[in-house]
Amino acid sequence: MSLGQFLLNVLILGVPFSVALLLAGLGETINQRAGVFNLGCEGIMAMGAFVAFLPPYFMAGTPLEGYANLIGVALAIAAGALLGVLFALVVVTFRAPQGIAGIGLQMLGWGAAGTLFRRYVGGVTGVQGIRAMPIPGLSNLPVIGPVLFNHNPLVYLAFLMVPAFWYLLFKTPWGLKVRSVGTYPRAADSLGIRVSRVRYQALALGGAMAGLAGAYLSLAQAKMFADDLIAGRGFIAVALVYFGRWNPVGVMGGALLFSLAQALQLSIQVAGIDFPYEFAVMLPYVLVIVVLSLVRKARMIGPSELGKPFDREQRI
Amino acid sequence: MGHEPIRSLELRGITKRFPGILACDRIDLSVGEHSVRALVGENGAGKTTLMNILMGLYQPDEGRILINGSEVRFRSPNDAFDHGIGMVHQHFMLVQNLTVAENVALGMKSAHRPLWLDLKSVRSRIIEVSERHELPVNPDALVWQLSVGEQQRVELVKTLCLGARFLILDEPTSALTPQETDELIALLQKMSRELSIVFISHKLHEVKALSDTVSILRRGRIVFEGRTEDHSPADLAALMTGHEVELPRVESGGSAPAADGRGLLSIRELRVSGDLGNLALDGVSLDVAPGEIVGLAGVSGNGQRELAEALNGLRPVVSGSIALNGAELAGRSASAAIGQGMGYIPEDRNTEGIVPSFSVRENLVLKDVGGGAWSRGGFLRLGRIAANAAELRDRFDIRCPSTDTAAGSLSGGNIQKVILARELARGPKALVAVYPTRGLDMGAEEFIHKQLLARRSEGVAILLISEELEEIMNLSDRIAVIYKGRILRIVPGRDATKRSLGLLMAGVVDE
Ligand SMILES: Nc1ncnc2c1ncn2[C@@H]1O[C@H](COP(=O)(O)OP(=O)(O)OP(=O)(O)O)[C@@H](O)[C@H]1O
Ligand SMILES: [Mg+2]
Repeated sequence: MSLGQFLLNVLILGVPFSVALLLAGLGETINQRAGVFNLGCEGIMAMGAFVAFLPPYFMAGTPLEGYANLIGVALAIAAGALLGVLFALVVVTFRAPQGIAGIGLQMLGWGAAGTLFRRYVGGVTGVQGIRAMPIPGLSNLPVIGPVLFNHNPLVYLAFLMVPAFWYLLFKTPWGLKVRSVGTYPRAADSLGIRVSRVRYQALALGGAMAGLAGAYLSLAQAKMFADDLIAGRGFIAVALVYFGRWNPVGVMGGALLFSLAQALQLSIQVAGIDFPYEFAVMLPYVLVIVVLSLVRKARMIGPSELGKPFDREQRI
Repeated sequence: MGHEPIRSLELRGITKRFPGILACDRIDLSVGEHSVRALVGENGAGKTTLMNILMGLYQPDEGRILINGSEVRFRSPNDAFDHGIGMVHQHFMLVQNLTVAENVALGMKSAHRPLWLDLKSVRSRIIEVSERHELPVNPDALVWQLSVGEQQRVELVKTLCLGARFLILDEPTSALTPQETDELIALLQKMSRELSIVFISHKLHEVKALSDTVSILRRGRIVFEGRTEDHSPADLAALMTGHEVELPRVESGGSAPAADGRGLLSIRELRVSGDLGNLALDGVSLDVAPGEIVGLAGVSGNGQRELAEALNGLRPVVSGSIALNGAELAGRSASAAIGQGMGYIPEDRNTEGIVPSFSVRENLVLKDVGGGAWSRGGFLRLGRIAANAAELRDRFDIRCPSTDTAAGSLSGGNIQKVILARELARGPKALVAVYPTRGLDMGAEEFIHKQLLARRSEGVAILLISEELEEIMNLSDRIAVIYKGRILRIVPGRDATKRSLGLLMAGVVDE
């Protein structure tokens, strides 16, 4: 295999890998911009992956089979939004510490999804899943065709969401409210913005995105469900938001970087290159940590009130 | 804006309690059309709390608000905006990482289209307002890049853009330079022909210049109400504090540093970089002798903050030396400066001088908590810490529900007293005081001035950084004027006049 072919393979593999991170990362960007970090992202993804898996599993062979994936995705989004609202209830209304609450949500989502799966499904079973949808014309282009235009619809959707989220955050009234609420809620409050409501909305959207990311994993990437399907991607997504400086475009860059490193690592193993695979597996994670510590500290960009509950009558 | 204009506004029997404190105690206050009502009172008297109630930010425990004779209930600032009430808050309500236009847009509901933000209309509204009132602002500037004075202007423009016809101004001049203050007062005088204004300030000459009527709050109660023109600033000060206020003056002038020409605190050719990488201090040399107060006058932003930080080990030094009692401090750490006996009253008391979430008593021992006085064998000596706090609270008249209260919940003036108490009780050799009375009431100002003079007679070398010429001239043995990171000139305190200092501060050196 030539080096060119090898690199092309890395790219073809890496782009779809990035989608789950990207979807969850975009949602987490909105959360954090609103001043709440949701470490429970991982748990919401697990729940999303699980509920999305159910319709295709149970509806196989019924007349509704054709819609099963769509229903699955919708269920995952709804479940994610619901968990997001639950999280908001805990950290916004009851002002629980966000780190602890997030870890709780992660364990809840992960544990519940795994338990329900064993109870109602049992062993590992594959599903048909979402099939690739090459874009006519474009997918035949050399190099960029297979890299960009020969994927399942969720991949295209995820990348289209990057400009959409950018627009939402920086060009709409709601985006402005989100940014103000995460940086200086007291100022937003003094202008009549309802801080709690905006944070609820942001967390619901963030949860929906995490649910969708989970659905992508079970329906499009793995085409099956298992306990450890998410494998830390939710946490990586949280880190990518810092990495991308709370900007959807930056988050996309981070997701791609991480996924390409992962694809490289897999390709090295598959190609039988003599390289200790333990190190190869570590590569993407090490890369994220190194880059994260090297990027210039973002002053005056991000949400400075990240992680702090807001109480109008509390001075500090 | 579906409501008729406010012809009269009345607060009746407003009461508000915070844990351990009665912030407003059955307050009655009324404001008529086209008039300026000044609200003055000591730090922690409840002025801000009362105005936050009027804005719908706090809910009163008791009491009513009447507009044009009928009762209203404000549940959020939106309700107040609907009646045309707007407030410029004591602490800027500006989101630092947004532009000026975005900050205004946040409150301008007419710009909130379903799918997009109409920043263009916001911009033109800002320009319209800023031209009409001669308040220049750049709508596209990021707030964090603006100076304090500019931010204050933005706050005012923002409030006017939102359609306020009834303006509440909570200490709008406390962070402004003397010139900016004069401009603002002139502007408000003009505006008061069209608007109603509630004006809060600790500077009684501003109150005199601007207001028609004045109310004095003390410990949550209105203790006086009357027409401004009938009372002199000294009368008002006495009513406010309950005793005659007389700002002390230093008795000397022109004492030179010790015979060898080097002071207890001796700065030589100091060069320090600013936040933007520029050279904020460009070769500063200054000596402060024991028992001397050197005033550093200058418009803020000319290197004062950088100098204070460098002296206290909070900012790296590019070159030059700082000696305290012979020990070199340049480029060393904050703990080295503290260890050598440097005291520091920082500029931004909320972020530098205290840990807001720590209690008053913890903040009072923060600098020495590792030493034997407050800890032994790795354990805090809680009894001593509490006793220390009780004593300092009495001595410095710190108003707090208990010394266990979080320091951040105190009023600004009382936070300043906490810092002052800690710094002075440590028995420093030298003291750097940056705007030590900014935002303080007259009584507190008098108190702090007396404390500084008392330390002076005990032999402490004091560097007093301030923009208030009165303060500097009253207290300083010698006055150094800083301009663009250099000391322009050092004059004996008794020879200084406001005019000569003002010219120097503007960078004019005439021979
Ligand atoms: N949110 C709050 N929580 C607890 N205590 C508060 C709160 N807001 C104000 N207080 C207390 O209520 C009292 C009145 O405070 P307020 O800020 O109204 O004073 P002020 O007159 O504006 O003083 P200053 O001149 O220093 O601004 C103070 O003792 C303060 O500690
Ligand atoms: Mg106040």
